[in-house]
Amino acid sequence: MSAIFKREFKAYFTSPLGYVFLAIFLFFEDYYFVNLFSYGSPNNEIIFPALSFVVVLVTPVLTMRLLSEDRRQKVDQALLTAPVTVAGIVLGKFLAAFAVYALAFSPVILFEFIVTLVSAPNWLIFLNSWLGAMLIGGALIAIGMFISALTESPIISCILTLITFMLLMVLPSLASLTGVEWVSKAAEKIAFVNLFNTFATSVFHVVDVIFLLSVIVVFVFVSIRAVERRRWA
Amino acid sequence: MIEVSSLSKRYGNHLAVDNVSFSIKKGEVVGFLGPNGAGKSTIMNIMTGYLSLTAGSVSIDEFDIMENPEEAKKRIGYLPEIPPLYTDMTVKEYLYFMYDLKKVNFPKKPHIEEIVRLVKIDNVYNRLIKNLSKGYRQRVGIAQALIGNPDLLILDEPTVGLDPKQIIEIRNLIARLGKNHTIILSSHILSEIQEVCERIIIINKGKIIADDTAENLSKNLSDDHSLSVRVTGSEAEIYKILNSVPGVKELRFAGSKEEGTVDYIIEPKENCDIRAAVSERLSERKKTILSFRSNEMTLEQIFLRLTDAADKGTQLLSKAKPESDEKTEEAPKVKIEIEEDGEATVIENKEEEEN
Repeated sequence: MSAIFKREFKAYFTSPLGYVFLAIFLFFEDYYFVNLFSYGSPNNEIIFPALSFVVVLVTPVLTMRLLSEDRRQKVDQALLTAPVTVAGIVLGKFLAAFAVYALAFSPVILFEFIVTLVSAPNWLIFLNSWLGAMLIGGALIAIGMFISALTESPIISCILTLITFMLLMVLPSLASLTGVEWVSKAAEKIAFVNLFNTFATSVFHVVDVIFLLSVIVVFVFVSIRAVERRRWA
Repeated sequence: MIEVSSLSKRYGNHLAVDNVSFSIKKGEVVGFLGPNGAGKSTIMNIMTGYLSLTAGSVSIDEFDIMENPEEAKKRIGYLPEIPPLYTDMTVKEYLYFMYDLKKVNFPKKPHIEEIVRLVKIDNVYNRLIKNLSKGYRQRVGIAQALIGNPDLLILDEPTVGLDPKQIIEIRNLIARLGKNHTIILSSHILSEIQEVCERIIIINKGKIIADDTAENLSKNLSDDHSLSVRVTGSEAEIYKILNSVPGVKELRFAGSKEEGTVDYIIEPKENCDIRAAVSERLSERKKTILSFRSNEMTLEQIFLRLTDAADKGTQLLSKAKPESDEKTEEAPKVKIEIEEDGEATVIENKEEEEN
């Protein structure tokens, strides 16, 4: 698993992909931070919900080639015939994408330290918000990775992932059109992308944390199954 | 070393591999020969654990590839038809990655450098794989298969798409590797198989239709066991000499194509090897042999004959019987029967076993 992780993490930075991903995040993080700082607000945690649309738009780029590219280039033959488990391969790839995602959020932590020098921010809320961003990102990456296991084309994988993420964002609005209360409530629960706001305004929602961890576990598991299933096709 | 037993693979309604069984002993160099789509790559992919099997079993050193895949895979170095290379990596980075992936115990740097020297890629060691020629990519593919020094190398069409010089180089490399490894090599290039492999398994439509040495296949499948000889001397003189060789059944004069020489076709008696006797007798009488060859079928002819027969369902294949040989005596002895529906079926030669 560590070999796959190292290779995948490095691969993001042997092409412009990783740099572009980080640059987009840094741009928006900077933009929001400078605005907050200039207004004298110590509430850096609201940067996370503000970044939710960037997460939805850019994370598919991170996951699009995770499992599809190996299959297209037939490199999966080297991986699947090596003495490693499919779970090890898939987990290695998931963690590499997650590491890049986490790296993209690291400047916000630095901003919080800067604010601490001049003010007294609420670190608890901030860390809760950061944890929420990590869990939501992890869940999105797991879903994106699963989609990339279903196709040989990174482009198709990217488009399908983007559509899925956007649906996750607008699902409550669509559900409200039905006028049925339980449908709206269910949609709100499923649309976990909107949990950015919840994490930024309250401290540690156990149910949400468990829900997001479950999404990660389920989609990593089905990704493993999707790779294994190809062997039986 | 390898036991493949009643192996079948089905893709939907298509039976890609049909009840294939064979065993390979340690140190053997075996060639899989067959037309495109015969099932060679599928069998190899199943043996390496890349594909699952529908029925049967594959074991490498007694480790079943489905039940104990990690142990079985540790013993295999695999070069698929398209070398599985990360083109965004340098050769060095890629080989280091494969070393880590295979969890090898040898010291990393010396082990990889030894392989790099063996497959002669030291001059491209720090270059990006995407900038390498097809020949070098193939070598890098072989290098990754050698990492961990596995006992078994499975090479799927290792020379496909290479130029003649590269083909010879890769072939020589395989011959060198064959001294220390068990090798399974697939190809539809007959000369390659003939040069490198001691034993040939011919596959057609997912079935084994022959399994023997090239020599035995030729001997057993050929109707023509005659020898052609060109010798200095007159027609009558040479006839007299050749006719005195024990084991000669029939002599046919084939003309005089060079001045002062005659050509004869010698038909030996059944199961009689007269080559040495003919050569000795002619030498005794101070006759110079200018050419001397067997008229048995070439591997190309055998291959075409077997595959055509299997396709057409004609009855000419029932003689693929291996001769006793140190490496092949325990090889599966096969007999091919053509069924009414035109399918070639391999059955065990029970007569042989009973004897």
